[in-house]
Amino acid sequence: MAFDYDKWLRPGKLPHIWCPGCGHGIVMKGLIRAMDTLKLKKEETAIVSGIGCASRLPGYIDCCTLHTAHGRAAAFATGVKMAKPEMNVILVGGDGDGTAIGGNHFIHACRRNINMTYIIMNNYIYGMTGGQFSPCTPTGHKASTTPYGNPDPGFDIAKLAIGAGATFVARGTAFHANQIDKLIAEAIQHKGFSVVEILDDCPTTYGRRNKYKSVIEMMNRLKDVAVPVKAAEKMTAEQLQGKILTGVLYKEEKPEYIEEYAKVIERAKAAK
Amino acid sequence: MEKKLPKIEIIEKYCKGCHICVEFCPKDVLEMKGFYASVKNLEACTSCMQCELRCPDFAIKVTNE
Ligand SMILES: Cc1ncc(C[n+]2csc(CCOP(=O)(O)OP(=O)(O)O)c2C)c(N)n1
Ligand code: SF4
Ligand code: SF4
Ligand code: SF4
Ligand SMILES: [Mg+2]
Repeated sequence: MAFDYDKWLRPGKLPHIWCPGCGHGIVMKGLIRAMDTLKLKKEETAIVSGIGCASRLPGYIDCCTLHTAHGRAAAFATGVKMAKPEMNVILVGGDGDGTAIGGNHFIHACRRNINMTYIIMNNYIYGMTGGQFSPCTPTGHKASTTPYGNPDPGFDIAKLAIGAGATFVARGTAFHANQIDKLIAEAIQHKGFSVVEILDDCPTTYGRRNKYKSVIEMMNRLKDVAVPVKAAEKMTAEQLQGKILTGVLYKEEKPEYIEEYAKVIERAKAAK
Repeated sequence: MEKKLPKIEIIEKYCKGCHICVEFCPKDVLEMKGFYASVKNLEACTSCMQCELRCPDFAIKVTNE
């Protein structure tokens, strides 16, 4: 049976602005299915983004949404969550928004372990502004600003999140569409700061420059490179060369920020 | 009894012609017709929903009552 996406979409907004074959639409559909599975209430759900193609996502969804300043989704979202802890707060954005200009906000949101979910669509590039390299562009790859190949190593977003203190970290891909909703739903249910990285494609500014002949080739690359964490346990280091782990990569229970902050308020009151 | 065929709706207003549904249909049911995706062989469709799931543009719906 066809899934009813319409009930989660603002009327009259489609077609969306994303290019043909851009994975951001696939991620948005996964998020909608996750919210639907969890029966989230629209008035109790806030989707917060920064700036970029990926960050346009909240504009399409019929719930509480905030489209903020570049790299600042975490700051605005923290404000929403602190003021209204009963809200489900979901951050969305791109690799550039989250790890370049917003990198500082990202790591500190992880460190705080505040109960929110961050979906980061990693297409290895600044798509919106024409394909400048991002901190996630792999070494040697081409961007408008690295026409002879990028000398920098790219960030591993999942490792960065784990290192910074996020208590749930997962990775999926735009090819593995039926896994996206499951990872996001599990992340939303986790108490603490959860990060879901989705390896994505930008055929327009990244694919062409890096010799991908089509969207299909980019999708097939995501298919080939992904190895589920369970399967990886049985593989040798040699077999895992050049592969990227997918699934739930990390999970731990740690004190959550809103709850800890409430205790501070109680202590302050008692001290009077 | 005659097999009841699923209904595949392609919303051309939303379809951006990316080929994803055509390429990843396991039964080769779809094809590109000009700019848009189109149904070529409905008989072979198993309602696996792969096309609907993968379309980035909300442009294809499979219904099977
Ligand atoms: C303060 C500020 N600096 C720079 C920009 C220009 N800018 C807009 S989007 C963007 C990068 C977006 O890249 P990413 O977050 O990866 O999203 P994508 O477009 O790839 O989905 C930049 C640098 C801006 N809008 N505001
Ligand atoms: S420029 Fe890239 S990221 Fe932006 S909509 Fe087009 S394909 Fe997607
Ligand atoms: S439902 Fe499955 S078999 Fe039918 S057209 Fe879509 S992908 Fe092909
Ligand atoms: S996947 Fe969607 S947008 Fe792409 S060709 Fe098929 S129906 Fe059109
Ligand atoms: Mg990007």
